[in-house]
Amino acid sequence: MKRPPKDNEESARRISRRAALLGGAQLVFAGALVLRMRSLQLGQAEEFRLLADENRINIRLLPPARGTILDRSGLVLASNVQNYRIVLVREDAGAPRAALERLAELIPLTEEEIERAEREIMRHRPFVPVTIVDQLNWEEVARVAANAPAMPGITPEVGWTRFYPFGAEFAHSVGYVGPVSERDLEALESPDPLLMIPRFQIGKIGIEREMEDDLRGSAGHRRIEVNAVGREMRELDRQEGDAGANLQLTLDRSLQAFALARLGDQSAAAVVMEVQTGNVLAMASAPSFDPNLFVRGISVADYAGLRDNEYRPMSNKAVQGAYPPGSTFKIVTAMAAFEGGFATQDERVFCPGHIEISGRRFHCWNRGGHGRVNVTSALAESCDVYFYEMAQRTGIDRINAMAERMGLGLRYDLPLSGISSGLNPSREWKRDRRGAEWVVGDTINASIGQGFVLSTPLQLAVMTARIATNRAILPRLVHSINDIEQPQPEHPPLGLNPVHLAMVQRGMFEVSNSQRGTAYASRIVDEAMRMSGKTGSSQVFSITAAERASGIRRQDQLPWNRRDHALFVCYAPESAPRYAVSIVVEHGGGGSSAAAPIARDIILAAQNGGLPPVEAYPAPQRNRIESMIRTISDQIGPAVAASSLRGRA
Amino acid sequence: MSYLEYHVKRSPTGLSKVLYVNWALVLLLSAVASVGFLQLYSVSGGNFERWAEPQMQRFALALTVMFVVGFVPLWFWRSMSALGYAVSVILLLGVEFFGSIGMGAQRWLELGPIRIQPSEMTKITVIMAMAAYYDWLDIRKVSHPVYVALAALMILVPAFLVLKQPDLGTALLILGGGGMVMFFAGVSLWYFGGVIGAGVGLVTAVFSSRGTDWQLLRDYQFRRIDAFLDPSLDPLGSSYHINQAMIALGSGGWSGRGFMQGTQSRLNFLPEKHTDFIFNTLAEEFGFIGGVFLLTLYIGILVTCVIAAMRSKNRYASLLILGIAGNFFLYFAVNMAMVMGLAPVVGVPLPLVSYGGSAMLMILIGFGLVQSACIHRPRERA
Repeated sequence: MKRPPKDNEESARRISRRAALLGGAQLVFAGALVLRMRSLQLGQAEEFRLLADENRINIRLLPPARGTILDRSGLVLASNVQNYRIVLVREDAGAPRAALERLAELIPLTEEEIERAEREIMRHRPFVPVTIVDQLNWEEVARVAANAPAMPGITPEVGWTRFYPFGAEFAHSVGYVGPVSERDLEALESPDPLLMIPRFQIGKIGIEREMEDDLRGSAGHRRIEVNAVGREMRELDRQEGDAGANLQLTLDRSLQAFALARLGDQSAAAVVMEVQTGNVLAMASAPSFDPNLFVRGISVADYAGLRDNEYRPMSNKAVQGAYPPGSTFKIVTAMAAFEGGFATQDERVFCPGHIEISGRRFHCWNRGGHGRVNVTSALAESCDVYFYEMAQRTGIDRINAMAERMGLGLRYDLPLSGISSGLNPSREWKRDRRGAEWVVGDTINASIGQGFVLSTPLQLAVMTARIATNRAILPRLVHSINDIEQPQPEHPPLGLNPVHLAMVQRGMFEVSNSQRGTAYASRIVDEAMRMSGKTGSSQVFSITAAERASGIRRQDQLPWNRRDHALFVCYAPESAPRYAVSIVVEHGGGGSSAAAPIARDIILAAQNGGLPPVEAYPAPQRNRIESMIRTISDQIGPAVAASSLRGRA
Repeated sequence: MSYLEYHVKRSPTGLSKVLYVNWALVLLLSAVASVGFLQLYSVSGGNFERWAEPQMQRFALALTVMFVVGFVPLWFWRSMSALGYAVSVILLLGVEFFGSIGMGAQRWLELGPIRIQPSEMTKITVIMAMAAYYDWLDIRKVSHPVYVALAALMILVPAFLVLKQPDLGTALLILGGGGMVMFFAGVSLWYFGGVIGAGVGLVTAVFSSRGTDWQLLRDYQFRRIDAFLDPSLDPLGSSYHINQAMIALGSGGWSGRGFMQGTQSRLNFLPEKHTDFIFNTLAEEFGFIGGVFLLTLYIGILVTCVIAAMRSKNRYASLLILGIAGNFFLYFAVNMAMVMGLAPVVGVPLPLVSYGGSAMLMILIGFGLVQSACIHRPRERA
């Protein structure tokens, strides 16, 4: 088609005009793009740089090593041991089900464990390593490692876990750790981010729990670069955390082991203290349990077994058990009467076997009566009537005040779980709590440690140490933190009249050294090691009339949980006291038969720095004692840890 | 250009055509493509085989095709315009009825072993057809309503078919490319004012159609628009992409984080980092300077084309060159506006830089036509 030239020129001009117009618009648009780039890249660059870094940088915590716990001589009571576990990476392993089933041929895995692991694996992104099993032993790990080429994506790893080499011996005092639970997190206002780490272990009871802040240490961290789906690309930097503090306790492993073994399979508690310092050398609560079970995650059956045991193995009876102190409380009554000026050394009280007070008859444990007794013989023979008389004169207010001076009814500041303050009853207490006025019968009951009075074995040991020293001894459990010695608590003088104190001490000496003493059978013949003590048998239930009618006269004829608690407190050597011991055997019957022999063995072990010396026992008892010591010695073994981390059941 | 004119003036023939190739354009196109190779190498984390190598091979092939197209005389292409347009529309209809689904959209047509994307081709054929139409049409009739309506229909039919696939980005490019040829041809500005008004009305209609039976856009398209309007609305959902893209762009700063140092792209935070969002990787690694450099290259291409169009006294050639340049402008302008958060994410690649063969081939075929117009421009006999 041929167009006239004019047309052509007109066309070309119009095109040029329009092209200039649109070209201009395009340049304006390009200018707008440049301005936009300028505002984003120059104006807001820092904000965007920050956002880019937030995208790419993740901070991962590095758990610190938990502090170890040592006994007074440096033996490790709680340590961190290597823990073998198996991790699976889904993207390498392929179908998790098949991989887990292959793994189950090498190590014991229950169907339940497989299902749980499978769920866990599917919850995470394919490249995230997921722990399938924990706490494997070396043999099992070696089996998996040997088969590694056939099982891609499954690798053994090593981590750290808590281990208690002495097992049950320190279960109550040291306690145990376990994985952080929902409840643990709720209890904290602003939980340490460390606690969010899966399978992170924190103290659950005992020193592990109460000194968690010292033991845990602080987290380190590593900054890593991650991609959009969270896969780690490289480490940018790393800062190791601070390990937790190492604790050295005042507890002595060999004495603790001996005490626990000596309590045997009874439901009982024993406390051993240094009377001058208050250092707790042993604190046993029987029966005990293996804390390592809890670290691994205790099975339902094992837990039910502990929970339903009527001997309450999980309770730390040495501080949690509050018992009527029985006749051991007569020490308090006697001191209160003498310090109050209501009794003299020479005064003798006639014990006919009972006493009538405001129309009610109170019996002496010896229904035949003790005849005329003074304070020394009343303590030695544990005559109830003497103390009924003294309590009437002294009154509950003074007895209550003296009990407090002796350290009863106080809650000591020790890093232990569930410490009971016992009960040191007063008029106010009864009015507040029971809504009733104090009556003289309450005073009579309290005078022999019955009625409302409750004490823990630890409190009784403190009382004994105070009697032995005339100082306000306080217990101490932590010797040093990271080798920095913890200050001794102050032990100010109690200010008891030395003459009065000497009378009570004389009475306590006769308990186990006079032929009429209630614990004469548990005497120590080595003069340098002799002990002074006091028996106690606290009634839990009275023998009912029906039982009496059916011929039950003695404790051992009653069912276990209705028998009296057996108590014994003592210190030794009597001439220059060093150790105080308190024993409570729940429903053990009589203090002289069930508690005093244990106390003697333990206080001899403490004095001998090992096992009790056979020569310290009366000759006729030595054969029996020797075999008993041998049995215990075999049981507790040498002072090294039996170490086998795990036999997975 | 008529056969007669061909004899009055002289056009290069044979091998001498090589001398008349618009080498400035070739150089600029290669420079832009090289930026693409560099970025594709970077975003693959230094893996040459992954994206950079195939892209280079495609560019080499497409450049060859460009020269072949360029050496064919322009009047051949002019006479092919109507046929090309008809084939495009038929193929688009074929996609509508026999097309296979890819990426949630019906875009591909399988013809034996060949897989073609007719919508790409349509961008060029619509421009060719419009240029030929206005070359044929008497210049005094360009603003006549009947002829304007005819032209509008020629654009709207393929655009509608592409929108149905659905491929909003390509449909917009077809509309824009065709519309620009109309603009260059001299259609009265009143019509364009009217279209803009109608566009506003259409946007209103599209939004009011949401959630009804006659919904005009797919749900994902609506979500993209929402994400554009307020990216902070749902940072991990549909606006995640645009947020991450802005972070990549912004964190580049003045001179960027360095070659292969862009964390957003290297660590996969940036979506579609080798295709639609490749500009952000460039801006992240080379900063403002890098972005402006690429934009300058693009504008250089436009300027080269406009000069070529001005020098051509042939109406068809001028309209074709300006149409193709305008289309190219729309390509990079829409992509850049989109990745800078100035426009919704519509899925338009950055021309010659984004990874992909189909779009690159069509763009270079388009510039092949430009070369043909340049080479076969009648010149006075020396």
